[in-house]
Amino acid sequence: MKRAVLDDLLEARCRKAPVALVTEIESGRQLLLDGDRVQGDLEATPVLREAATERLRQDRSGLLEDGRHFVQVFLPPLRLAIVGAVHISQALVPMARLAGYAVTVIDPRRAWATEERFPDVEMVTEWPDDALEAFQPDERSAVVTLTHDPKLDDPALIKALASPAFYVGALGSTRTHARRLERLRAEGLDEAAFARIHGPAGLAIGARSPAEIAVSVLAEMTAVLRRAPPLVKGERKE
Amino acid sequence: MSTNDSVPHTDAMAWAGSDEVLGQAAAWLDEGREVALATVVSTWGSSPRPVGSQLLVDRQGNMVGSVSGGCIEGAVVSEARAALEDGKPRLLDFGVSDEMAWEVGLACGGKVEVFVERLGD
Repeated sequence: MKRAVLDDLLEARCRKAPVALVTEIESGRQLLLDGDRVQGDLEATPVLREAATERLRQDRSGLLEDGRHFVQVFLPPLRLAIVGAVHISQALVPMARLAGYAVTVIDPRRAWATEERFPDVEMVTEWPDDALEAFQPDERSAVVTLTHDPKLDDPALIKALASPAFYVGALGSTRTHARRLERLRAEGLDEAAFARIHGPAGLAIGARSPAEIAVSVLAEMTAVLRRAPPLVKGERKE
Repeated sequence: MSTNDSVPHTDAMAWAGSDEVLGQAAAWLDEGREVALATVVSTWGSSPRPVGSQLLVDRQGNMVGSVSGGCIEGAVVSEARAALEDGKPRLLDFGVSDEMAWEVGLACGGKVEVFVERLGD
């Protein structure tokens, strides 16, 4: 790899831009695809550009069908905004970090959002809609509301649904969720927005403890991110 | 090792850290070290590291990152040094039978292809 390509790649990572590095295995020649910009000593043929763009879309590094080129995909970092500095969050933060997410915990209730309960975690004590305005969820972001308090969860959901976040989850029972949708409908949200909410958040794995619920939420986020075939919720052989 | 302030670093995350490997590559090049980069380009079976995993090697054999969790690093490092010597990229194929797998340390019988290149030309 040429120094110039390495420097451009690192610069693109700082910018959180999606880029693809294409390597011709035999020669070691490379090209870096950064939006419309191309850099490197490998010719950016339409075929290579198209293949690299498709790989970016799928978030899949790998050899191309010709077996001669390797595409390495670099996407912006995964981020997770958790609304509610609750017990489940204390379990979800370290789990999500292990899975590669940069995590932000949002809770204006200062009794909950303490350094003691969340050491070394980015904490925001603004109101959730203001906090999410600043967080700016993108296609690589997930937002989960865990407070059970409509005053906090609802504004967060409205903000999250106005963003391209790949996952929006809301904790609460099916009944709680039905009431939530009624309130959100009154706020002007429609069925298309409701369809994006994963509520009750999490896969149906019979989770009970905060840590188990965190597992189920992270599992659902993963399934959505990786476009896994849908699981049928609630259907299990006894 | 440098870490991005906005991305909390944990050791368990390190395997995924192409950013750290590449950042370290730039730092080592700045120090005037000769550096090679190994990248997993394909896997088959139960290989321990996904495609895109990277290992940085300098001439002295210092390493950052990983391509297999320890199984094939030894072989990769010697090929990396050879790449530093002749400047030629190479594709290493650890396509191994279960029996062979034990010898190179892929206890699981997986298959891994690793691309090795000299950096900074």
